[in-house]
Amino acid sequence: MSFPTVAQLARDIREGKVTASAVLEEHLKRVDERESEIHAFNLVTAENARAAAVEVDRAVQAGKPLGPLAGVPIALKDNMCTRGIETTCSSKILEGWKPPYDATVVTKLREAGAVIVGKTNLDEFAMGSSTENSAFGPTRNPLDTSRVPGGSSGGSAAAVAAGFAAASLGSDTGGSIRQPAALCGLVGVKPTYGVVSRYGLVAFASSLDQIGPFTHTVEDAALVMESIAGHDPMDSTSLSQPAPSLLSVLDQGVQGMRIGRVVDMPEGSEPDVLERLDAAFAALKERGAAIVDVKLPSLQFGLTAYYLVAPAEASSNLARYDGVRYGMRVDAPDLNAMYAATRSQGFGAEVKRRIMLGTYALSAGYYDAYYGKALKVRRLIADDFAKAYQSCDVVLTPTSPSVAFPFGDKTADPLAMYLCDVFTIPTNLAGHAAMSVPFGTGAHSLPVGVQVLAPALGEATMFRVAAELERAR
Amino acid sequence: MRVENARIDDVVVAKVARLARLDLTPDELARMTEQLSGMLEHFRDIDKLDLADVAPMPQPLPLKNVFREDVVVPSLDRDEVLANAPAAEDKRFRVPPTIGFTE
Amino acid sequence: MSNATSAPTNAAALPEGWEMVVGLEVHVELDTATKLFSGSPNRFGDDPNTHIDPVTLGLPGALPVLNRKAVELAIRLGLALNCTVQSCTFHRKNYFYPDLPKAYQISQYDQPLNVDGFLMLPGDVRIGVERAHLEEDTGKSTHFGGSSGRIHGSDYSLVDFNRAGVPLVEIVSRPDIRTSDQARQYVNELRSILVAIGASDAKMEEGSMRVDVNVSVRRPGEPFGTRCEIKNVNSVRAVGRAIDYEARRQIQEIESGGTIRQETRHWDDAEGRTHTLRAKEDADDYRYFLEPDLVLLDPDREWVESIRTSLPVLPAARRAALAALVGIDKESEAAYVLVERGQDDYVAEVVRAGGEAGRAVVYVQQAFAEEGAKPRVPAADISALTVLERDGKVTATQAKTILAEIVLNGGGDAATIAKDKGFEALDTSAVESMVDAAIAAQPDAWAKYCNGEEKAMGALVGAVMKTSQGKADGKVVTAILQARRSK
Repeated sequence: MSFPTVAQLARDIREGKVTASAVLEEHLKRVDERESEIHAFNLVTAENARAAAVEVDRAVQAGKPLGPLAGVPIALKDNMCTRGIETTCSSKILEGWKPPYDATVVTKLREAGAVIVGKTNLDEFAMGSSTENSAFGPTRNPLDTSRVPGGSSGGSAAAVAAGFAAASLGSDTGGSIRQPAALCGLVGVKPTYGVVSRYGLVAFASSLDQIGPFTHTVEDAALVMESIAGHDPMDSTSLSQPAPSLLSVLDQGVQGMRIGRVVDMPEGSEPDVLERLDAAFAALKERGAAIVDVKLPSLQFGLTAYYLVAPAEASSNLARYDGVRYGMRVDAPDLNAMYAATRSQGFGAEVKRRIMLGTYALSAGYYDAYYGKALKVRRLIADDFAKAYQSCDVVLTPTSPSVAFPFGDKTADPLAMYLCDVFTIPTNLAGHAAMSVPFGTGAHSLPVGVQVLAPALGEATMFRVAAELERAR
Repeated sequence: MRVENARIDDVVVAKVARLARLDLTPDELARMTEQLSGMLEHFRDIDKLDLADVAPMPQPLPLKNVFREDVVVPSLDRDEVLANAPAAEDKRFRVPPTIGFTE
Repeated sequence: MSNATSAPTNAAALPEGWEMVVGLEVHVELDTATKLFSGSPNRFGDDPNTHIDPVTLGLPGALPVLNRKAVELAIRLGLALNCTVQSCTFHRKNYFYPDLPKAYQISQYDQPLNVDGFLMLPGDVRIGVERAHLEEDTGKSTHFGGSSGRIHGSDYSLVDFNRAGVPLVEIVSRPDIRTSDQARQYVNELRSILVAIGASDAKMEEGSMRVDVNVSVRRPGEPFGTRCEIKNVNSVRAVGRAIDYEARRQIQEIESGGTIRQETRHWDDAEGRTHTLRAKEDADDYRYFLEPDLVLLDPDREWVESIRTSLPVLPAARRAALAALVGIDKESEAAYVLVERGQDDYVAEVVRAGGEAGRAVVYVQQAFAEEGAKPRVPAADISALTVLERDGKVTATQAKTILAEIVLNGGGDAATIAKDKGFEALDTSAVESMVDAAIAAQPDAWAKYCNGEEKAMGALVGAVMKTSQGKADGKVVTAILQARRSK
C-alpha cells in the first residue's frame, strides 16, 4: 500500500491540482476505516484540521504565499503541547489537561501551513519501546496488528504507516522515533541534540530528548526537518544554527564517502536484521563508498548509562505532577498524602519504576555509584564516537535488534524491553544525529530498518547516505 | 566508589518511594524491590570500568552563556490557568494543609 | 538604624567561658523587570497569579532561559562584596512543596557565581562571604484555618505564584560573627551596599531581603559546636534578639548535660524564643544534579570588568572619604547616617563652598533627616551659615533657628535672616565685660567655681545670658570663665 508523500501533496496543493480539504478528507477517511483497530490517536482533531485546510485553500485561491507544508496532514505525538487541545502524554495524570500554550514545533508547523490531524498515542510519558505502556491502551502495528508498532512514539509511527497522516512528529530519548520507524517501515529521524526546540515538549530526560519526523521517504523527512529545526530563544539548549539545508544534498550520492562498520557491536540482533545490515553495506560499497571498520568499545555500557541517566532526569521532571496546579488530583486530608495518592494512582507501572530508579540513582550516598558513574560512561561513549568519526563519515548499525514483536512478548521483564534500544541509545547519550531508513524486509515479511549515525550537526551527511540507501532498496 | 551490595532491600525502596511521593502497597513494594534489584545487578557492568580520570558528561553540548533580555512578556490568562487547576479559590490554587510543626 | 560604634548595645554578655559562632544566610530579591528564567514581571504586591507563564507555573514542556540583567546584578553584588566572579553552573534542588511549581528549585550548588568575598564591620572586623549565588524564588502559600494562622492545624492553603521565579541571590557568610551586634551590623551594611549598587531595595519588611541565622556555641579554642538554623527572623532587631536567645538556649542545654540537635528552628518574635520546626518526618534529600535545561554561565572578563568600573563608590569608602574631609571618625554615627542618606556629597559641597566642616556635618544631619541625597537647599546657603556661627556672629542656638528657616524656605541668606530676627552674637570683648560683671556680682558662686565646683558656673552663665538678652554664646561664656579661673 502506498500513500502520498509530503512532497507530492505539498506540490499538488500548491499548484492547485488538489485542495487541502480534499486531501484531509482522504486521510480522515482512512482514519475512519482503521483507527478503531489501530488506535494510533488519543485525539483526532478533525474540526480544527478542517478549519486549517480551509484556510490553506483560501490562501491558494487568493494567490497568497504558502508555507512549505501547506495543506499537508501531520500528526503530533501527544507529549507536545497544543494550546487548548488536550495533551495527555498517554497518562491518567494529565487526562483532560489543555495546555495554555503551543510547543515551538507546533507553532512552526502551523506557520508552515501544516494541517494537524490529531495527537497520537505513546508509551506513558515516552517511557517504553512498544506503546504497551499507554494508559489508554496500546497502538497496533498497521502492517501486522498482532504486533507492536514500537515505542514510545508508536502512535505517530502507526499514523503515518496507516496513511492517517502524511507525516508525524515523535520524540526520541533512547530511540523512540527510530525504533518505531524501523518496526513500521518508515523513515524516522532523531536530530542532533539542540537542532529542534524542546520548548513545549513534555520533558522525559532533558539532556536526551529531541523531536523529529516520521515520514515515508527521506525527502519528506528533509522537508519536515527544514520546517521544524532552527534556533529557539525559548530553549536554552537550542543550537544557534538555523535549520539545516537538507533537500540540496539528497542527490549527491555516496561516492568517496567512508561508512563505518562497528566490529564490536553488541550482540543479540536477529539474523534477518543482520542480513539486511550487510546488504546495506554492500549496496553502499557498490555505489562508491568505502567500508571502514570502527570500534566502539564502550557501546556495550550504553544501556546501563542510559537507564541511570534517563530515569534520574525523569524522576525530577515528573515531580511536577503533584496534583497542585493541573492534571489529576486525588483528594486527601493532608498535602503529602495528596501527593502520594495522586501520583500513585495517576502514574502507570513503568513510569513509577523509572521514577524509583532515578530517585535512587540520585539519592544521597548513591549518586557517585550510579548517576555520577553513568555520566562518566556517557563521556566514554562520546569519546569513542569522536575517535570513530576520525576515520569515517557515518556509522551504520541495525536500528532495532528484531522486527516488530507480538504484544506481550517483552512485558514480563523490564530489562528485556530495554534491550530494544541497545543500538539507538548511544546516539542520545552522545547528542549526535541518527535516522532509521527502511531497507527491505525480514522475518514474517516485516520491515527492517537500518540506522545511519552521524556526528553532531552531521545531518547533511546523514541524509546523503540515507537517500542513497533509499534508492538502493 | 563501588556500592558493595547492589541488591537493595525493601527498607531502602520504601524510603525512596517516600522521597518520590509514591504509595506502594506491600505487594508493589516487594515487586519493585525485586525488579530494581535485578536492574541494579545488571548495571554492575560499569563497575569494572576505570573512570578515575573521566570527566562526567551531564549534557551533550558545550554551550554557554545563553540569555534572555530583561523585557516583560505578557502573562498567561489567569482564568485559563485556574480553569485547569484541580482546586482553586480566591484567584489562587487551593491545596490541603501541610503537616503541622510541633512546639 | 546605623552601624556606628557609638550606637548603644543592649546585648548582655554571654555566660563566662562561652562564645557564640554565627553565620548568616541572606536572600535578596534582585531589582530586575522580569523573573530569573522567564519574562513575567518581577513585581511586589500585585493581584495573585497575574505574573505567571509556563515556566513560572512549572507547566509540562516549559523551559528556563536565564535573565542577563539578573546575572549582571548578581555580579555587581559579588564584586561589591569583594568576591571572585567565576564560571558557574546551575543545579536542581529537588523537594515537594506547593509553592515550588516544578518540585525543584533551580539554584547553584558546587560551582556558584561569586565566591570568597568579605564585608567589613566597624572596628575593622572582617566577616567572610563564602558565596553569593543565583537562584529562583518560590511562590507564596497562605494558610487558612487553625487558630494562629500558622501551618499547624490549618484547613487548607492557597498558593500564589507571582513570586515564583523572582531572581534571588543567596549570600552566605562564613561563621565569623561572634556577637549579635555584629550580626545586626552585617545585615545593615549589606543592605546599604545592596541599595547603593542598585541590586535590590533590600527591605526586610517587604521580603526583598530575608535573613536566616545559623547559631552554635563553643568554649573559645574548641571546635565549632552543632549549629541550629533559625528562620522567620523578619527584622534587624529580630536578628539580634534571636541570636542572643538561641545562644543562651544552647548554652543552657549543654550546661544541663544535654546536647544540641542539628535542626531548623522558628523564631517567635512575640514570645521572644525559638521553637523546633518539624514540618516533615524525614529530612529532605535534595538529590542535587546539574540542571540539564541550562548551559554554562561563563561571564567573560571584559563584561565583569565593565561591571566593576560601573560600581559606585561603596558606603564604607564613602564614609572614609567623608571622615577624611570633615575630620570625623569613619565609624561615627554621623558618618553612617550621612552616607546612608546619601548626603555625604552634599556635605562635601558645603565644605567646597567655604563652609566649616564640623558645623556642616551637624547641620546637615539635623536639618535633612527627611530628605534624600539632594536636599533642596543650595549648599552655599548652609555654607554661609556655618561661617557665620564659626565667626561668632550668631550663637549656636541662633544658628539652629536660622537653619530651620532656611530649610523651611528651601534656601535663604543666613546673614539677612539673622539681621531680620535681630540675632547677633556679641563680640568677645563685650561678653568678657559681662562675665567680669557677673563674677563681681556673685563672689560666692565665683569662689565655689574656682574651688572646683563646676555646678557653680551655672549661676554665672545664667547671669550673663540674662544681661545679654540671649545674645551671648553659651560656649563662649563658658570658655571665658574657664580661662579666668585658670589664670
